[in-house]
Amino acid sequence: MCDTCGCNLTPGNKHLAFKPVAKGATAVSVLKGLLAKNDDQAAHNREHFDRRGILAINLMSSPGSGKTALLEATLTALKDEFTCAVIEGDLETENDAERIRAKGVQAHQIVTGTACHLDAHLVHDALHHMNLDGVDILFIENVGNLVCPASFDLGQHLNVTLLSVTEGDDKPAKYPVMFRAADAMLLTKTDLLAVLDDFDPDKAEAHLRNLANPAPVMRLSARKDLGMEAWLAWLREQLAAQRARVATGQSRRPAIQSDGVKYHNATA
Amino acid sequence: MHELAVAQALVEQVEAVIDQHAASHDHDASSSDAWQASLIRVRIGPLAGVVPDLLASAFPLAAAGSRAEHAVLEFAHAPVQVRCQTCGAETAAAMNRLICGACGDWHTQIISGDELLLESVELETTPTLTPNS
Repeated sequence: MCDTCGCNLTPGNKHLAFKPVAKGATAVSVLKGLLAKNDDQAAHNREHFDRRGILAINLMSSPGSGKTALLEATLTALKDEFTCAVIEGDLETENDAERIRAKGVQAHQIVTGTACHLDAHLVHDALHHMNLDGVDILFIENVGNLVCPASFDLGQHLNVTLLSVTEGDDKPAKYPVMFRAADAMLLTKTDLLAVLDDFDPDKAEAHLRNLANPAPVMRLSARKDLGMEAWLAWLREQLAAQRARVATGQSRRPAIQSDGVKYHNATA
Repeated sequence: MHELAVAQALVEQVEAVIDQHAASHDHDASSSDAWQASLIRVRIGPLAGVVPDLLASAFPLAAAGSRAEHAVLEFAHAPVQVRCQTCGAETAAAMNRLICGACGDWHTQIISGDELLLESVELETTPTLTPNS
């Protein structure tokens, strides 16, 4: 109960929140997040995951930064250790899901048509097409886009944002909403650094810190198997943390959302 | 252009507010359709990832045929403000430079600028359809 989101309005006190404005007009104070419906659905998805002890990770980046290649390498490396499943989001084609299935991993493709992002309802529908029994980690590969996906909670526990070294090290400064939401930033295709003279990984990290984001930055190349161990170790650590949370009945939202919740409660 | 999705969510919420309000205020259930939104006030910070101008142009598409159709959409802008976890200062910041304006540390917390809120809705009834007023 608080004074910011409207959850304190009850049938008993509701009349107090309405102020007369003019004859025949009434002002209703709402103070509710605009995406409340999406957020409710996301919370429901998160309950699905937590009940089964699944760690859900939302992968976001621009198109072509190597999300699917990272998944292919990750799924191969974790094959004997964990059961993974993947939800793919694209405007068209089943191509990415087929690439994942070729690795022997369950994948469901969401075809968004023209929509530029996944939302909690799309993910919920996808979950009903999947067998989540025994799944340890669910990867949700969002639509390649550095803008819109950042605004929609899907029910994931963690956001991982990829930045390929061919894109420019100032991307976090150009797309602050997206990079502020990252629980980890992966600099991908680092094998190409040798032939690029204009990407400085330290600068990319400095731009991320300028967004007040303490997220770990990992440098890797999925194709050339460079730096993958740190990423896999991070995944193992996060799965262990998720299992510890589930054991005590707790959950986790991506850093950006819990930050907002903290603030809105603090000022209530 | 996810603003259309946001506009649709906004219209749904306004419809829900009208339903709630009509249910609690109209003893005559048949007149509940007479309420409509005249003013919708939203608060959007730059870090919410929603552009007010784009939301304003998507709104008429989402509101067509709804009880928010004739409403004026008003924006309250929320400036980006951070609180420094090191020195405690509260300062203004640029959206891609959320560092403390006083000591320059990046260990800050957003205290304003990431809002995406439906603040309030003003409702009116069409006079010919309100038997009690």
